[in-house]
Amino acid sequence: MRSSITIARLSRRDALRAGAAAAVAAGMGLPRAARAQDELNILVWCDHTDAALLQPFEEAHKVRINVKDYQETGAALAVLEQSQPGDWDVFVVDSVDVRRVAEQGLLAPLDDVQLPWNDIFPQLHAPELHKVGGKTYAVPEKFGYNSIAFDRSKVEEADVRRADIMWNPKYKGRIAVYDYYIPAMEMVALGMGIRPDQITGENLPQIRDKLLEIKKLASVIGDVPTVQNALVTGAADIIIAGGEFVVAGLAQENPNLDWVLPDSGGIRWMQGIGIFEASQKKELAAELVKYIIGPQGQAALATASCYWAMPTNQKAALGDAEKQRLRWAEQPAFIQNSYPYFIPDPALDKAMLEVWTQFLQA
Amino acid sequence: MARRAAPPLIAWATAPALLWTVLFFILPLLAMAAVSLTRRERGQTVELWTLDNYRAFFMQGGGVFLQALWNSVEVTLTVTALSVLIAYPIAYVLAYRVPPRWQRMLLVLLVLPFWTSYVIRSYSWLLVLSEKGVISIALQGLGLADGPVGLGNTRGATVLGFVHFFAMLLTLTIYANLVQIRESYRRAAADLGASPAQVFVRITLPLSLPGVAVGAFLTFVLAIGDYVTPQILGGSKELLLPQAIMLQVGRTADFPLASAMSMVLMAVVTLAYLLFARHLRMGRL
Repeated sequence: MRSSITIARLSRRDALRAGAAAAVAAGMGLPRAARAQDELNILVWCDHTDAALLQPFEEAHKVRINVKDYQETGAALAVLEQSQPGDWDVFVVDSVDVRRVAEQGLLAPLDDVQLPWNDIFPQLHAPELHKVGGKTYAVPEKFGYNSIAFDRSKVEEADVRRADIMWNPKYKGRIAVYDYYIPAMEMVALGMGIRPDQITGENLPQIRDKLLEIKKLASVIGDVPTVQNALVTGAADIIIAGGEFVVAGLAQENPNLDWVLPDSGGIRWMQGIGIFEASQKKELAAELVKYIIGPQGQAALATASCYWAMPTNQKAALGDAEKQRLRWAEQPAFIQNSYPYFIPDPALDKAMLEVWTQFLQA
Repeated sequence: MARRAAPPLIAWATAPALLWTVLFFILPLLAMAAVSLTRRERGQTVELWTLDNYRAFFMQGGGVFLQALWNSVEVTLTVTALSVLIAYPIAYVLAYRVPPRWQRMLLVLLVLPFWTSYVIRSYSWLLVLSEKGVISIALQGLGLADGPVGLGNTRGATVLGFVHFFAMLLTLTIYANLVQIRESYRRAAADLGASPAQVFVRITLPLSLPGVAVGAFLTFVLAIGDYVTPQILGGSKELLLPQAIMLQVGRTADFPLASAMSMVLMAVVTLAYLLFARHLRMGRL
């Protein structure tokens, strides 16, 4: 009652004065620089939105991390185009896109001495992807495979190890296709004996014909949640171009969901983490990079709720069960038998997207 | 004097709406039209003022985008027709057969589906329609199916997801129109010897058409531009135009082609407006 009387006696002008005074007081109480230092803005894939990953760092450094997640590099570049320099501090991006982002002057060089390169799987260092002009612009932090995911209770692993399962009529109506056209088409090409970097305008019609063959057998084509849903609800038993990122996180609820690299190989994707050149908080950003690439951060990142995948750091603090779900023991063979994600030039990219559109529309 | 004072008053009263429309519709639309006339490569604009994107829309890949537009129109017309057929009887019963004291509660029940997230509702339908879903289990339990029946990831599932949403929207617009029709018109027709069917066909139906037209137009506009429902329920077995637009934005960030496709979609919506315009009377709602 008392408070209502007080409010009634306040004129609008009084209220505005009080509000303005409070705003000024708040601003003076905490200098702008000090307030800004308490936040990091990161542009990342959805696995970095996991509280289990970010909270330990936030508490240790008394910092708030603001996260914006995106799905494909094109979308991230569109976000950056509409941002002001300094808006973003840390960037997680496909390793194959690090060079083009660095060449646009968006990334700052990293201090190699501060990074645990000796603990990172040697085959994943890929300086041709992460270095420009001898300087490191991103460090590989997580990787996995576009391979075949499947329901073990319905499909024999021996069948999945053969790439022709993708167009085997035995599985008509039981096949889902992950709809990211580049790895999916590269996976199909690989099954046909065409290495990803050998895809050209000349052999694209053959790949299209094979895709159209697959379309007749497919029950679902969709993004990660869609194909996951298909596997869980029984709409499909096999996911082409799926992998640990689709099923490892679901294995606790359904241990029959598994994945494997076909003997003909698979596509290896990898994501890197770097710091924006325009960041005003490079030191704090570098601390975050070190944490994420360290054993604790790597374990949390590998098992992030959005998607699981292999950590690049061999010392990631993972348990045996988690390592088993990620097929840790088979990694040397899988790395050996997989092809790095190949990004076509713009003309071929456009032609591939056109073929993929025809596949979807068939 | 009063008449002279009115125009400035009206101008001030409508200024916020005009400003809103200019800022959030006209300017973005002009920007989109301008972008649709450019060409980008590797994130850089390499050509200004070209019709390449419109040419690509009609010619590329043997007309896949045109097919996507046609699919969208087919799905949207089916959804609009089914929604009207379901919504009209519900609205009619609500307006003329349900006692007024129950109408409010039934209207709340009608609006209930709108309270849940659109995405969650679509995924829920996918679960219901899946091989392990309620319908499949019921069909098997009744002996009507030998094995699991998967109804999800089809055009039918997309249509069902849309109709679930839009039939309720249409019910509201038609109901709002029906309750405004004066009861005396219907009574007069009956007194003059018209049968209930004649009263409906010659009095109620023509007077309720504005409500049907508004609801149908809203359904058409919202359904033809929707990306979420076909993406979740359709299983990408065929492309609708919003999905084709999103394909251009994802990895390649080809905003010019996406803009050109959006402009074509806008033209289709404008055409629909012109067809519906004769019956669109928003004031009736």
